[in-house]
Amino acid sequence: MDEKKRNEAYNKYVKAKIPKTRPWPSLFNSFWVGGLICILGQGINDLIMLGFPTMAEQTAWAYTLIALIFIASFLTGIGVYDRIGKFAGGGSIVPITGFSNSITSPALEFKNEGIIYGLCVKMFTIAGPVIVSGVVASVLVGLIYLFI
Amino acid sequence: MYYLWVFLIGGLICAFGELLIIKTNITSARILVTFVLIGVALEAFGIFDPISNFARAGINVPIIGFGASLAKGAIGAVKSRGLIGAFTGGLEATAGGIAAAVLFAFIFGLIFKAKTKK
Repeated sequence: MDEKKRNEAYNKYVKAKIPKTRPWPSLFNSFWVGGLICILGQGINDLIMLGFPTMAEQTAWAYTLIALIFIASFLTGIGVYDRIGKFAGGGSIVPITGFSNSITSPALEFKNEGIIYGLCVKMFTIAGPVIVSGVVASVLVGLIYLFI
Repeated sequence: MYYLWVFLIGGLICAFGELLIIKTNITSARILVTFVLIGVALEAFGIFDPISNFARAGINVPIIGFGASLAKGAIGAVKSRGLIGAFTGGLEATAGGIAAAVLFAFIFGLIFKAKTKK
């Protein structure tokens, strides 16, 4: 079989196998799942402020994010978050829970390559670029504010 | 009812992320990087706080809030401590989230087994 024909057949096969996302339902699902995750965050934040009225607002937010990160990491561990992700797409990636999922998920997946070179290294495959870009940008912003 | 704003703004931001995925087939790492940078820019131009005042968790829970606290930390530390603040401020402000994400990933990574993908 000549190569060109084989490649064509393969490309056709791949195209047929790629799951087609219909844009409107997937946009809608991202919208309400993402919205609900934010509601959950607001609920946790309000509960913290209710329980510790003297806490600084920034500290309360830090605890809120830590709680969300914990929940998402746990749900990733038991395999639930990936199912939510399949359904909600962007709604599960964009919130901070998606950041947590992006760290726990490869940590789990590559554990069998060893604790150091598997789990510890691979947990930063997605979080690495996020932290790098964020830190670089924030240092630049800080330097700009130093001179204006 | 500010919960409605939380839901609407948070939902719209996530739907915008999904729109980027549909239109450009962008990977989730790029999505997260894009939104963190949006957050840094919003904070740098002073737009984040006015939105945050009524959207609350709607903009703080999306990773935009993470970018904004990076920038907010750097700006605040520069104002109070000078040059060194540009280096320390960003990570200081976001240290809780990063440490939590790494810690829980480590613990749950050790405890749970990876689900075989079907």
